Amino acid sequence: MQRSLMAGLVLTSALVAPLAASAQTEITWWHAMGGRLGEKVDEIVAAYNDSQDQFHLTATYKGGYAETMTSAIAAFRAGEQPDLVQVYEVGTGTMMAAEGAVYPIYQLMEDHGQDFDPSAYLSAVAGYYTNTDGQMLSMPFNSSTPILYYNKDIFAAAGLDPDVAPVTWADVEAASRAIVESGAATCGFTSGWISWVQLENFSAWHNQQIGTNENGFGSMDSKLTVNGPVQARHWENLAKWQAEGLFKYGGPAGGADAPPAFYSGECAIYMNSSASRAGVLTNIDFDLGLGMLPYYADVEGAPQNSIIGGATLWALAGASDDEYEGLADFLTFLSSAEVQADFHQFSGYLPITNAAYELSIEQGYYDENPGADLAIKQITLNEPTANSKGLRFGNYVQIRGVIDEEFEALLAGDKTAQEALDDLVERGNSLIADFVEANG
Amino acid sequence: MLRAGLFPFPPFGFPMQTKRTTFRSYWLPYLLIAPQLAITLIFFIWPAGQAVWQSFLQEDAFGLSTKFVGLRNYVKLLNSPEYLASFETTVIFTVCTAGLSLGLALLFAVAVDRMIRTASAYTTFILWPYAVAPAIAGVLWWFMFNPSVGVLTYALQTMGYDWNHRLSGTDAMILVVLASSWKQISYNFLFFLAGLQSIPQSLREAAAIDGAGPVKRFFTVVFPLLSPTTFFLLVVNINYTMFDTFSTIDASTAGGPGQSTTILVYKVYEDGYKGLDLGSSAAQSVILMGIVMVLTFIQFRYIERRVQY
Amino acid sequence: MVENRPFLTFLAHLVLILGVAFVALPVWIAFVASTHDQATFLGGSMPLWPGSNMWETYRTILTDGVPNSGTPPLTMMMTNSLIMALIITFGKIAISVISAFAIVYFRFPFRVLAFWIIFVTLMLPVEVRIMPTFKVVADLGLLNSYAGLSIPLIASATATFLFRQFFLTIPEELVEAARIDGAGPMKFFRDMVLPLSQTNIAALFVILFIYGWNQYLWPMLITTDEKFYTVVMGIKRMSDVADSDPQWNFVMGSAMLAMLPPVLVVIFMQRLFVKGLVEQEK
Repeated sequence: MQRSLMAGLVLTSALVAPLAASAQTEITWWHAMGGRLGEKVDEIVAAYNDSQDQFHLTATYKGGYAETMTSAIAAFRAGEQPDLVQVYEVGTGTMMAAEGAVYPIYQLMEDHGQDFDPSAYLSAVAGYYTNTDGQMLSMPFNSSTPILYYNKDIFAAAGLDPDVAPVTWADVEAASRAIVESGAATCGFTSGWISWVQLENFSAWHNQQIGTNENGFGSMDSKLTVNGPVQARHWENLAKWQAEGLFKYGGPAGGADAPPAFYSGECAIYMNSSASRAGVLTNIDFDLGLGMLPYYADVEGAPQNSIIGGATLWALAGASDDEYEGLADFLTFLSSAEVQADFHQFSGYLPITNAAYELSIEQGYYDENPGADLAIKQITLNEPTANSKGLRFGNYVQIRGVIDEEFEALLAGDKTAQEALDDLVERGNSLIADFVEANG
Repeated sequence: MLRAGLFPFPPFGFPMQTKRTTFRSYWLPYLLIAPQLAITLIFFIWPAGQAVWQSFLQEDAFGLSTKFVGLRNYVKLLNSPEYLASFETTVIFTVCTAGLSLGLALLFAVAVDRMIRTASAYTTFILWPYAVAPAIAGVLWWFMFNPSVGVLTYALQTMGYDWNHRLSGTDAMILVVLASSWKQISYNFLFFLAGLQSIPQSLREAAAIDGAGPVKRFFTVVFPLLSPTTFFLLVVNINYTMFDTFSTIDASTAGGPGQSTTILVYKVYEDGYKGLDLGSSAAQSVILMGIVMVLTFIQFRYIERRVQY
Repeated sequence: MVENRPFLTFLAHLVLILGVAFVALPVWIAFVASTHDQATFLGGSMPLWPGSNMWETYRTILTDGVPNSGTPPLTMMMTNSLIMALIITFGKIAISVISAFAIVYFRFPFRVLAFWIIFVTLMLPVEVRIMPTFKVVADLGLLNSYAGLSIPLIASATATFLFRQFFLTIPEELVEAARIDGAGPMKFFRDMVLPLSQTNIAALFVILFIYGWNQYLWPMLITTDEKFYTVVMGIKRMSDVADSDPQWNFVMGSAMLAMLPPVLVVIFMQRLFVKGLVEQEK
């Protein structure tokens, strides 16, 4: 800011350029990054503002993901929207359907002469946010995928080999049983994000369909089909293990009770976002082991590849050309290998571009932090199939809520796994139908 | 005529009261009432009118495509078992929360009313939660009931009760009722205490001389005199539990497990604010407004008459 | 006290001690949490007694700001909360006292309608009409301003009713006397009504200050400029972290500090507050 004022003063006093912009073009970005991540975002923004004089970016924290998205939409309806907004993956369907409200990223970059090559991005990440023509609609920012964490101390105490992570669900069950029976811990495993980890990722990991039309990628008007026998078997097992005390449910949505259960040594195994790694490390005083998500060895095609979660950046319509010029410039800055590698290493989110991944390898990051590249290996384990590319449905925020409710009904013994999944599909499809109608 | 407490009368009577002697001016009353009315119209009535209009529409979140669908949003809601279930949840939650917070507050107020030297010390402590923001109160209670590290969970487990509000709807309901009434006890307590202290000593003494014991005195003399206060608090508490509790619920149970703590206003918040299903959430708001208006009307119409002044 | 009954007194003390324990427990837990470091906190069962980290936590919050929270300094947010709470409080009192005066001391067409309109505000929480309200505020150009933070929250049914109830108890003779003296309504308002309402105003001050201080969703929605962040918002930001865990000791420490102003208001104004509620018969 100061520098720009100075620059302005110099210019005007020298009367070199009477039309020189003494005020920079303001660009605004609303995000949902609280805590440490929020500070990191501020740092990136400050670095960007220092790197050039033409634009000034202001990043604003707008609360959690739901609050940020709702604020941006309320602002759009009032004509006061930001240029850029961070939207979580479940909001993707809503954003994509809002054709007049968003400025697709590929187009923004093209219109403003920025070098933009979608193939520079990790395909597992970019694929989630491209349309059927392979064009990127939003800019990936923070993406992660669930992995498995385990407590090596408890494994050792239970007589298990602490250096071998459980690979299959049979391993998880056996280890949990050994742990609980030996008294090394009171619970075998817990999990954050039941909907994301134990249903969506579970399906992709086992190459099972989540919905019609390539899990909704092909058309807004799709149906959930996530009530297949493999999913039903897994949910039935989770309910059984819960009753036996091997599995502990961590609550709806993110599963707020799951992390404390793992940190306190109550549960030996924990499945959650790879981006939780930094948080896990600061909160534990035991030896941490990492592994990929478990799978059922007898399911054909498993393990396939896991899918991502997190959020992307959407450019909103209605700003001036100058602002878009700046925005495109900033997005180029943001996806540079240095910025991305730094953000990846700091947060545990996936590196978004191949270059950032290679730079991290070069910097020796994975040698110093064994297991930090597990998430990348897991999403790129196999070429994604129609079932494992991701998912995209309208009203998905509410569908996530339905998934939690049905899972809870299952655990409470009100329904069998098949009944819970059938009801989930039925309720979810009616929400999708509402969405299609509202956006049709 | 004795008036106890802040609200000796319901906010409006039929017909509405004024002074016998009034001032006369054609323009002054309008000028005086204008700021309040202007703000109410601009920031309350106008947006609420839009919400009513919205409830007849089907619209995408950004407002790009809008379609008039008549009563369909309502029909859908009334055919949805989840929505109907949340009515029942709301009734249970409201009755429990209002009952618990009013009951405890009255108990504390009666006890403090007996104290002479220690009254203000107790009062200070009981008032404290009133200053805590609802958003923070929810976090505090979530923290205490956390299945892994919560103090209360631990205490309950030692007593042999396996607390788990993530799986048991009853436990979850207890949790939100506790957290919500906790916030409201202070407020109710203050009004009850004020009401009690405004009851003339002479009345109680007269009853004591007639030979009435403390319990009988409470029910025959004190409580009837508190009824205007109780009535006012009932209105305020019902209003509070129906509307102001969602940040507490959001932070503690998020409406679960299943839908066992999803009260009507939480559903509005979830579907509208989080889920961006504007038509349905507007229809829910309208139903909610309707319920509260009817309730308020009934309260004023019928309960008011039985309240003694 | 009508008569002395030791058992009842004992019972009353018992009830109150249990009551205070119930009511103070969450606040105590928050305080205890703020005195431990992050590791103790989630490393097992929650301690019940303060730890040794108290000075460290509060010193950090007050001098360095909360580390890694992504929030502006606490003092700035507290100042914003204070400004917002005070504007709301005084605004509500001012417009409510005059509108109640109009309703009680005048008879004019549409009086009942006006009263109903004000009353209805009780039933319309911000969340229910959030999109349209936001649009109104944006159209008026009030985003990111103290006016936008406070004015939409200033209309108050509660305060209007409270004053109305109180005015109804002011003896008729006073008005008659004023009219005989030839005093106009505004002179009567200034010289009689306002002084008599002092304790009511004090009681309302407490209620409304706390209401204003604790606002969360509204400030969150309409501010995009850190300069206008309020403290409850800041605390939410600290505890709402994506894919990571909140630093509970700092969150709770900040929550304790954020509680202080409203608690102080309650404690210091307690006498006036209770008096305002009690002394209706004067």
